[in-house]
Amino acid sequence: MVKTMFSKGKIVAKTGNEIMAEAMRQIAPDVVAAYPITPATEIVQIFSQFVADGKVPTEFVAVESEHSAMSATISASVAGARAMTGTSSQGFALMWEMLYIAAGLRLPIVMAEVNRALSAPINIHGDQSDTMGARDAGWIQIYSENSQEAYDNMIQSVRIAEAAKLPAMVTTDGFIISHCMEVAEVYPDADVKEFVGEYKPERALLDYKRPFTLGAIDLQDYYFEHRYQLAQAMRDSKKIILEVADEFKKKFGREYGFYEKYEMDDAEIAIVTIGSAAGTTKAVVDNLRAKGIKAGLIKIRVYRPFPAEEIAKDLSKVKAIAVLDRADSCSATFAPVYLDVVAALYANCGDKAPKAENYVYGLGGREISLEHIEEVYMKLDAVAKGTKKASTQVEYINVRIK
Amino acid sequence: MSAKMIEVRWHGRGGQGAKTAALLFAQAVLTTGKYIQAFPEYGPERMGAPVQSFNRVSDSPITIHCSITEPQFVVILDPTLLDAVDVTEGVGTQGKVIVNTSFSAEEMAKKLGIAKEQVYVVNASKIAEETIGKNIPNTPMLGALVKVIGNLDINGVLNDTKAKLEVKFRSKPEVIEGNIASIKRAYDEVKNS
Amino acid sequence: MKKEDKKLTAAELPAGGLLEGGTAENFKTGPWRSQRPVWNKDKCISCLTCWIYCPDSAIKIAPDEKKTTVVTGIDYDHCKGCGICARECPPKVAAITMEEEKK
Repeated sequence: MVKTMFSKGKIVAKTGNEIMAEAMRQIAPDVVAAYPITPATEIVQIFSQFVADGKVPTEFVAVESEHSAMSATISASVAGARAMTGTSSQGFALMWEMLYIAAGLRLPIVMAEVNRALSAPINIHGDQSDTMGARDAGWIQIYSENSQEAYDNMIQSVRIAEAAKLPAMVTTDGFIISHCMEVAEVYPDADVKEFVGEYKPERALLDYKRPFTLGAIDLQDYYFEHRYQLAQAMRDSKKIILEVADEFKKKFGREYGFYEKYEMDDAEIAIVTIGSAAGTTKAVVDNLRAKGIKAGLIKIRVYRPFPAEEIAKDLSKVKAIAVLDRADSCSATFAPVYLDVVAALYANCGDKAPKAENYVYGLGGREISLEHIEEVYMKLDAVAKGTKKASTQVEYINVRIK
Repeated sequence: MSAKMIEVRWHGRGGQGAKTAALLFAQAVLTTGKYIQAFPEYGPERMGAPVQSFNRVSDSPITIHCSITEPQFVVILDPTLLDAVDVTEGVGTQGKVIVNTSFSAEEMAKKLGIAKEQVYVVNASKIAEETIGKNIPNTPMLGALVKVIGNLDINGVLNDTKAKLEVKFRSKPEVIEGNIASIKRAYDEVKNS
Repeated sequence: MKKEDKKLTAAELPAGGLLEGGTAENFKTGPWRSQRPVWNKDKCISCLTCWIYCPDSAIKIAPDEKKTTVVTGIDYDHCKGCGICARECPPKVAAITMEEEKK
């Protein structure tokens, strides 16, 4: 039986896109500038309908490209507005140079991002290549497993971004979540409004009594200090993310952290992954547990800042892990999430680090089934028992190689 | 997939409302307290092209997001799809197929190459013509599906669908009544013979 | 030779490369001038054309006893000697002339 976690919550059936638009309506930012792109179109389409219907007082700016969308969002943010946008894939790629500027100027912009493959060849389906490419752009990255998380993450990210003075993106897997109608609990407008609070920027360009310059040239003598500040802000944001999650739990009842541990207490083998595939993996873990195999899962929610020490500590008790990446790196080595996880293990665990394998899956929306995931666990089981050597290169799931 | 989870696959043609049917079904079933999923399969989107959509229904939270390959129930909105698509894929010997057709279950079972016990038929197009005034088979097929699944509350489905349609067709009460009547009729008329 | 200013650390700098407004006041940006504008108070009619055109806000203005804004001189700390003020000063007035800077 479907139940609410919050006394005043309401159970709804909504797609990932619908619920992100709903969160944006409740957050009611001052400005949203956006350009539509599949599969994120509905987010700004539904939101612009809210604006047209007078259901939200936001100034909606229909721009002519995603580069302009991010530029306008940055401008609004500098002016002192709470500003948001939404995009996906090629649109996200077109924003690229502005992403770094939003981060460098330390603007608390929140972006709803739907993960989709990058061209070429053209493909509209879900994988995480787009945002993985921007993992070092200075944006907080929060990935969602389902509609509920997308909604909760959007609400929390506003607080996180504004406290950390960093832009934040909240993502869902294209089509798999963006277009999947699921059960979710939404909270009353007033409670979301109260949680999000009013945005009071320390400095706003429209405050003409305290003028300032932003975006001036910064040469050898100061650029490095500013970039250090940005990197440090990302490190410092970890504390903020946990504080906001704590407050969110107290208010709405749902618990969030940097990552979710599923059956990790006594796990001997574990998969680490991000997004919707984590939900599918949970079902596999249940099946394996029923057979007596001590399988576990770590689902990363906050990928930037990367919770290195924490994840290393939790994985140090496991014998073998597999990191499942929904993006390849084309670096001739490993995929992004694996690199972060293994670096964390090497730095924190030394000799006690578990054996680690890396699997790339699901590019361009390619199916990842229960059987595919079970196969990975079976390989990990063999690695843990010492009957198989851990692979030293990227392995691929469900792709025709030869 | 847990034993208690129901998985449904809808077959239609672009424009026939296979996606809408899956969404309406999910929303209606949610009102009965169950966990649901509804998702379309996105391919080349054009009028008349074969399209699929899917539902999951469960008493416990649904975490899986893989595709549905072995549905217990298949709903076919358009009988001409039988020649174009392998509509019985993954149905096995236990899955049930509900077809919008004027043929009998025996005749349809022969066409589909599965046991008669697995086949349910209803002339949803005729029902739609007579109740809604247009060949829109997706809403009557909702009623047929609820009947064949068996343990769902048809009144809950009717009430929710009515509420949804009342928002969409405020100025056309005849559309609402027609759709509700079509669901009821298909619920009563779907048969295994 | 001038001693280098103390550089701020990452901990001291405002975030995002923010710079307070009006900080040019703290810097002398004009000493490399090769020509200097010389203002003749008696000829000047305070039409403020020079003040509008000066790219470095180096024309000094202030209210006079009638509270009318008048030109009061040239800010040589910030004037780079571009000569725009002299060029734009109405020919009939010719209150600003450019002279070689003595170095």
